[in-house]
Amino acid sequence: MRLARVVGTVVASTKDKGLQGEKLLVIQPLDEQLNVASDEVVVAVDCVAAGPGDLVFYTLAREATFALKNYNAPVDAAVTGFVDQVNVEVEGKVDNLILE
Amino acid sequence: MKLGHVQGNVVSTIKHPCFHGQRVLIVQPLNLLGEKDGPAVLACDSVSAGPGDVVLLQQNGISAQEILGTKKDPLHSVIVGIVDRVCR
Repeated sequence: MRLARVVGTVVASTKDKGLQGEKLLVIQPLDEQLNVASDEVVVAVDCVAAGPGDLVFYTLAREATFALKNYNAPVDAAVTGFVDQVNVEVEGKVDNLILE
Repeated sequence: MKLGHVQGNVVSTIKHPCFHGQRVLIVQPLNLLGEKDGPAVLACDSVSAGPGDVVLLQQNGISAQEILGTKKDPLHSVIVGIVDRVCR
C-alpha cells in the first residue's frame, strides 16, 4: 500500500464488463514527505468516493480486487482509504544496521 | 520479506472496513547499508512496532490475510517482526 494524491478521473465507455459501474481515478504516488515520488501515474478503482485533490492510500496487485464486490474484476489498483494525517517521526538512514 | 525502518504512522478515518482497528505505519525499505531502498510504503502492524524500529516487512496478500486472520481483504503489506540485530 502507498500514499497517493488523486489527480483526476478517467471516463471509459468501452471497457471490460468487470469494470462496469466502477469509478476510475488517476492517482499520483507520493513519498512519506508527500512529495511526488516519480512521474508515474496509476489508474485505480475508487472504493471510498475520493475526488481530485484528496490524499489517499491505495492497494496494488491481486488484493486490489478484494476491495470490490466482484472478486474477479480486472483490477490491480484500488483506492482503499482517505488519509487525514501523516506523522513522520523518524527520518534518515539506520546507522550500523549490520554488526560486524 | 524486506528489512524496513518504521518512520511514523498514518491516521485515516474513512477507509475500507478491513482497516478498522489496524495501525497503519509508514515503513521505509532498507538496503544493507541501512539506507533508503525504494519509496516508503504503508503496512499494517501486527507486532506493535513503533517509530525508529527496524522491522520485517512482508508484502504478500495471502500471508497477510493469514497473519491478520482476515478473509479477502485489500491489504498486502504487514509488519511481521521487530529486528533486534543483523549480523554478518
